[in-house]
Amino acid sequence: MSIKPEKEGSGKSGWINLVFILFFAVVLPVGNRLGLFSINTISLWGRYFCFAIAALGIDLIWGYTGILSMCQAFFFCLGGYGMGMYLLLKATAQQGLALPDFMTWNSMTALPAFWHPFHHFIPAFLLSLLVPAFVAFVIGFFIFRSRIKGVYMAIITQALALAMYLLFLRNETKLGGTNGLTNFRSLLGFDLSASSVKIGLYGVSLCMLCLAYIACDKIVHSKFGKILQAIRDSESRVGYTAYRVLHYKLTVFVIAAFLGGLAGMLYVPQTGIITPGRMDVTASVEMLMWVALGGRGKLKGAIIGALLVNCLYSVCTSVFPEGWLFILGLLYVLTVLYFDKGFLGLFATLGRKLKFGAGAGAGRGA
Amino acid sequence: MILEVNNLSVSFGGVRALDLSHFRLEEKELRVVIGPNGAGKSTFMDILCGRTKPRTGEILFDGKSLKGLTEVEIAELGIGRKFQKPSVFPGLTVFENMVLAAKMKKDVLSSLFFKMDTVFTDKIHLVAEKVGLSKALQQIAGSLSHGQKQWLEIAIVVLQDPRLLLIDEPAAGMSDRETEKTGELLLELAKMHSMIVIEHDMHFVRQIANKLISVLVNGKLLMEGSFSEVKNDQRVIDSYLGRANSQLEKL
Repeated sequence: MSIKPEKEGSGKSGWINLVFILFFAVVLPVGNRLGLFSINTISLWGRYFCFAIAALGIDLIWGYTGILSMCQAFFFCLGGYGMGMYLLLKATAQQGLALPDFMTWNSMTALPAFWHPFHHFIPAFLLSLLVPAFVAFVIGFFIFRSRIKGVYMAIITQALALAMYLLFLRNETKLGGTNGLTNFRSLLGFDLSASSVKIGLYGVSLCMLCLAYIACDKIVHSKFGKILQAIRDSESRVGYTAYRVLHYKLTVFVIAAFLGGLAGMLYVPQTGIITPGRMDVTASVEMLMWVALGGRGKLKGAIIGALLVNCLYSVCTSVFPEGWLFILGLLYVLTVLYFDKGFLGLFATLGRKLKFGAGAGAGRGA
Repeated sequence: MILEVNNLSVSFGGVRALDLSHFRLEEKELRVVIGPNGAGKSTFMDILCGRTKPRTGEILFDGKSLKGLTEVEIAELGIGRKFQKPSVFPGLTVFENMVLAAKMKKDVLSSLFFKMDTVFTDKIHLVAEKVGLSKALQQIAGSLSHGQKQWLEIAIVVLQDPRLLLIDEPAAGMSDRETEKTGELLLELAKMHSMIVIEHDMHFVRQIANKLISVLVNGKLLMEGSFSEVKNDQRVIDSYLGRANSQLEKL
């Protein structure tokens, strides 16, 4: 698949991957068994993994292709709502009710037609993945066909995110309005409040993150990935080299939306609620910030950014609840000013400096 | 006859940028187009490669009209364009640049599942050899010197295996040595491809003009002829001002 004749630095990055996987696949769950980490911590990391999956998609479209899409949280929520609808219907059936609570309050008498496929897991699962991808395909087709790019792309996708947010807020949309969907009980017969199920979902999220990473890694190292970077750097040249830029942009937009949907779908059973608040304009901007802070144009940067920023968010909001946005803003300004390659770039620079320092020291010693 | 242009015109904001009643190019011909700034040379190439839409006129490439085709379709027909300002993929290595350019199926799925093979690598090494970039294959294209970028772009265009090459000021910003090398390269390529070259540098024009030179002035074709005919034509001398004028006198 790779078009590079030789692989570079695979040994070192292999180690980092191994440490990452060992820590999250072994240390955290075992620590939980030993009572070092609470089940809430585990579940929290499970959710961060979902964010990291969405961040991978954002890195593909923004970091590699240079398309600033500001509606990725919308795709995340489309996946989330799909899973939420299934979970809510299951919970309603368990309670012996005909309709979810919010529908009764809105004096609806029958389940809306578009809810019906979500009675069963398989169609709900497929729709949660395919609806975001399909919506991205339609939106992307019109945007990219009109050759909208740069700041106009950002504005139009942001407007779309806002419009969709407002749409989902309304009760007429029949998706729970402001309150969203909640009161879930079980997934495929497993009780969502049980610790073992929470660990299970954590494990699934970790696996999906690893799979998504491998898939994205294959993509960016394939010729397709090189063309994405070529589009970012010199779009017109790609066209004159006989590539249909529209098809490539559309494909990567759909892949990013698919990853967003997958992430949202995994996220909902772990949080127990999905509301339109997850897809407002700031949610999409925050997702971009994960990638920017982590280091865009590098898949690992996206993952590190999503995990670290959310980790920081949890810590900061509990220590100084008012200060979080200031901290995030400060971090962002620092990133833009001083380390534009993000955390990952910072680590690399520090590593190089250390190595160089050690090398120079050794040289002097000899 | 690979290219036939009739009554081609285009205007920008009321200014007639190009008004070409007649232009023909034979198979495997190397044609040099000269003319003062703003004569419409680059605009002519822009129209040929689909970047600018003409207001009137027809272009027949190998008997087929280019009307309404997108730049991708024109590139697929076999017209390759080298721009005045080097236009390569700066974030990729020289080798990757060439891989992307090379002629093959260029749809999304083929790109996703593309695998390198030796035939392909050999082809790239061959072209890299030709343009003098064999040693720079693993360099990031953005870090190449200006001259090397120009050669890389020529390589990109050549690897597409086009029937007609449109080369816009290949020697701009090059040293004398590099310019001469570029000239040799173009003459070599001219054995395999039809080619239109825009150039200002009259030394370079003399080196590569092996048949006809077309002189464009104010969007119109002033004359066509051999190098000596063009050089001694009073209208050409009159319409060339400044640098180019003094150059003509020196020759």
